[in-house]
Amino acid sequence: MSEFLQMGGYAAYVWSAYGITLIVLVVNIWAAFRSHTGALVRIHHENRPERSGRQPTVRQIT
Amino acid sequence: MTVTLRVRFVRWFHQLASPPYVYRLAGQLAPWFAVTAGLLLLTGTYGGLVLAPADYLQGDGFRIIYVHVPSAYLSMLAYIIMATSAVVGFIWRIKMAHGLAVSAAPLGASFTLLALVTGGIWGKPMWGTYWQWADARLISELLLLFLFAGYMVLRASFDDREKADRVSAILAAVGVINIPIIHYSVEWWSTLHQGPTIAKLDQPSITMDMLSPLLVMILGFTIFFAWLLCKRLQGEILNREGHARWVEKLLEEITR
Repeated sequence: MSEFLQMGGYAAYVWSAYGITLIVLVVNIWAAFRSHTGALVRIHHENRPERSGRQPTVRQIT
Repeated sequence: MTVTLRVRFVRWFHQLASPPYVYRLAGQLAPWFAVTAGLLLLTGTYGGLVLAPADYLQGDGFRIIYVHVPSAYLSMLAYIIMATSAVVGFIWRIKMAHGLAVSAAPLGASFTLLALVTGGIWGKPMWGTYWQWADARLISELLLLFLFAGYMVLRASFDDREKADRVSAILAAVGVINIPIIHYSVEWWSTLHQGPTIAKLDQPSITMDMLSPLLVMILGFTIFFAWLLCKRLQGEILNREGHARWVEKLLEEITR
């Protein structure tokens, strides 16, 4: 296991590359879902200002 | 038979310009893309980090290829999709096509950045440097990042969405010139970056046990992109169609 983690001496390079890739994937997921739900919430309030008290939840939307 | 098929195809083609149809289609496709991408990325990562043998020259350092090449490839694919749909939107005045281009831009930019960063991390132990200004592959990929960013910044500078659609489509179309330059840069000007490994017409210069995780990762990245493209397109459609009746009905349904 520790041999695997050492990556033949390239641990710092290999793991940082994979770590940054994971971060980019996760941030992309978060941003894409936010662009969808954000638009829904915004329109919900814009179309009917009197509904501003009734927040749709993310669970209902997705 | 063929006539009805053609009628069906034409009808489907026209539906692709209809916002509620595209919105629903994207929503239906998204979960399938999500599951497929997840499985492929997990399999590919396991294959790349564990199953593939160490390289005889680069040792385990070569394993960065499994995140670097897919992100670099996807950055170009995203640009081609963005530019193609922007041009389709420009010529036939299809709003949905512009919406697709807008959705592809931030995804493409992020994978271009990822390709540059993972490339730098790979370059340090192998070339002795993170970055080389004189390398054509590196410079043309950096230009791709500026093209994505330019497309988004240019759009943001217009209040009128239709004007933003038309002007940004021209920028996207002109930038396509950069795609073959990226692809052939390693052959035209050979500097630091190595030549092509798999995208060669004759024989790929990589063994099967190293190649197969790479192909799985490339497919996984592509379907991951398709998933988030669906989600972003849904958001973009709502931004454009916010006051349409079908959106109002949709809101009634989900907030009931």
